[in-house]
Amino acid sequence: MSAPPTHVDYQLSQLDQLEAESIHIFREVAAEFEKPVLMFSGGKDSIVMLRLAEKAFFPAKIPFPLLQIDTGLDFPEVLETRDNWVNRLGVRIVVASIDEAIKKGVVVDDGKTSRNRMQTATLLDAIEENGFNALFGGGRRDEEKARAKERVYSHRDDFGQWDPKMQRPELWSLYNGRIHGGEHMRIFPLSNWTELDVWHYLGQEEVELPSIYFAHERRVFQRDGMWMSENPLNPCKPGEEVVEKVVRYRTVGDLTLTGAVESDADTIPKIIDEIAIARVTERGATRGDDRFSEAAMEDRKKEGYF
Amino acid sequence: MDLLRFATAGSVDDGKSTLIGRLLLDSKSIFEDQLEAVEATSHSRGYDYTDLALLTDGLRSEREQGITIDVAYRYFATPSRKFIIADTPGHIQYTRNMVTGASTADLGLVLVDARQGLTEQSRRHAVLLSLLRVPHLVLAINKMDLVDWDQDIYEKIHDEFTNFATKLSIPDLAVIPISALKGDNVVTRSENTPWYHGPTLMHHLEHVHVASDRDLVDTRFPVQYVVRPKSDEYHDYRGYAGQVAGGVLKKGDEVVVLPSGMTSTIEGIDLFDREVDEAFPPMSVTVRLSDDVDVSRGDMIARVKNAPKPSQDIDAMICWMTNEPLRPRQKLAIKHTTRMGRAMVKEIQYRLDVNTLHRDQETKELGLNEIGRVQLRTTVPLLCDPYSKNRTTGSFILIDEATGVTVGAGMINSGS
Repeated sequence: MSAPPTHVDYQLSQLDQLEAESIHIFREVAAEFEKPVLMFSGGKDSIVMLRLAEKAFFPAKIPFPLLQIDTGLDFPEVLETRDNWVNRLGVRIVVASIDEAIKKGVVVDDGKTSRNRMQTATLLDAIEENGFNALFGGGRRDEEKARAKERVYSHRDDFGQWDPKMQRPELWSLYNGRIHGGEHMRIFPLSNWTELDVWHYLGQEEVELPSIYFAHERRVFQRDGMWMSENPLNPCKPGEEVVEKVVRYRTVGDLTLTGAVESDADTIPKIIDEIAIARVTERGATRGDDRFSEAAMEDRKKEGYF
Repeated sequence: MDLLRFATAGSVDDGKSTLIGRLLLDSKSIFEDQLEAVEATSHSRGYDYTDLALLTDGLRSEREQGITIDVAYRYFATPSRKFIIADTPGHIQYTRNMVTGASTADLGLVLVDARQGLTEQSRRHAVLLSLLRVPHLVLAINKMDLVDWDQDIYEKIHDEFTNFATKLSIPDLAVIPISALKGDNVVTRSENTPWYHGPTLMHHLEHVHVASDRDLVDTRFPVQYVVRPKSDEYHDYRGYAGQVAGGVLKKGDEVVVLPSGMTSTIEGIDLFDREVDEAFPPMSVTVRLSDDVDVSRGDMIARVKNAPKPSQDIDAMICWMTNEPLRPRQKLAIKHTTRMGRAMVKEIQYRLDVNTLHRDQETKELGLNEIGRVQLRTTVPLLCDPYSKNRTTGSFILIDEATGVTVGAGMINSGS
């Protein structure tokens, strides 16, 4: 008999463990759901998701389409990256536009509601129209305390609502994908990843990212303590003064709400160094829409937001 | 860097949230905006200290009631290890939540209040962690500052617990005196416990050896998904994707596909676009076989001379998780590895009292949060191992077919 294998030889790094776990989730969903779709915004978490999906089914193509909610307020650099990824992988992308939704009367633009909030109704409409029953999202539990409670498989009723008190227990890696007609499941393969894991992984994989994540010169003005990009879609208010600064984005979203941070990190290793000592969360630093109330994220998720 | 998953347990007022807050704070995993929010809330409620528990109670209804109602997962890292905490509430519904949190844990952390000593709750948590085969256990004796760092109190609780643990299956136990509020022996060694020579809690968490807790002998590869590219470049490619559940798969190995019993040889193992010579738990890979055998999702690849026996009669411990009790003759959906089927309850042999370990054989049903030994008959054969040998091929979930809700967690004793 040969010597039993030693455990030292068979170790996976924590990043490899996270990757293996996420790939397992992608394959479970593809095997058990009729119409999965991957929510793709073009941001860093989306790109990690797409990379994991690519790996999960290689050498076959990703067996489900992508879904993007077009706010009409996306950064052009992000849209460019999105198109490059879609072309390289040869996947289908469904774009649900808020402008279209307003025209259809699905959402009402009252001039007060942010486009980010209007995403929810647009998304639910797209889910219904396409019959999607499993939606992959790049949400991570480390982002926010309501998200710390989120399951990997998160059940939504036929109004797209999340009820934290009715969550299914989630045991071992045995995911329960049973749903009734009209309901759907939100799937979070990155649940156990942190912002730093995402950056380490992007550094390891050397994949294309929107250029705005890296330090660059930009014309910006200060609003609510954040550096906002000068843009015709986001006009300055009186008293706001445009200056040129070296900045980068920690998250990408609606350009009227997402702020840049002053930074000279122009490579992934420099970004990792910067985040490792950051004292403010990515959302706290740059996402205006999470600042509405103590439970802003939880309340939006209950309505059907991602 | 490696990863340690641990589940916390403890009663309501034993300082669990404070301890987690302390671990997060001292490992610099709390950001200023989060801490400011907690300080502001503490202030607005008129507390005269910053309530670190507010960091972990994430839901509106939890904050309103000041209790934790569900498992939450939290993350922190030190230079040597990354940690995932399954923070399970000590409150009502303890069993269901503990089982959920412990199912994926490498280590269980049970907190007791030094003033109270061992309670029914501490014993129950130890029983559950042992039942779930969590290989490492830490008993943290908290609030030592409130008993004047009395060594006798520590020794008494230590001995009482060690004595109790001999009745359980706990391969590795550490007992650490701490003060979560003041930080003694949490991250930094305390000057108040010169009589204690063990590690601090953080040091123990960083160094406990978890890599050897997997089964690297018995090869188990549940097939999850069949990869067929149907492209010109990969015209004849046929790969079986899955996550290795046990043993080491090697190129050239002779294997058997269950339940069909067909044999073949591993032609190659693909990890995305590169080929690897071996795969081991918990790698997600794609396996190619040299023969064109029929393999589909739910099948299992194992070694010819070391394969699980397909079984439709399952003897298991079940934790019941819903209000409507489990009764004989009941039919449920069952998910075991990548295999779905239906199961019927043949017999409820006994209900286990997790406080006393007494086996109640008079019982006719299992209620919410109860654990019992049950015999099931399944429509499809399960390719299973005892849970004590393999936590992946030894576990299953039961699903209510009408509501779709997960209602039971099962740990297999044996199949026949």
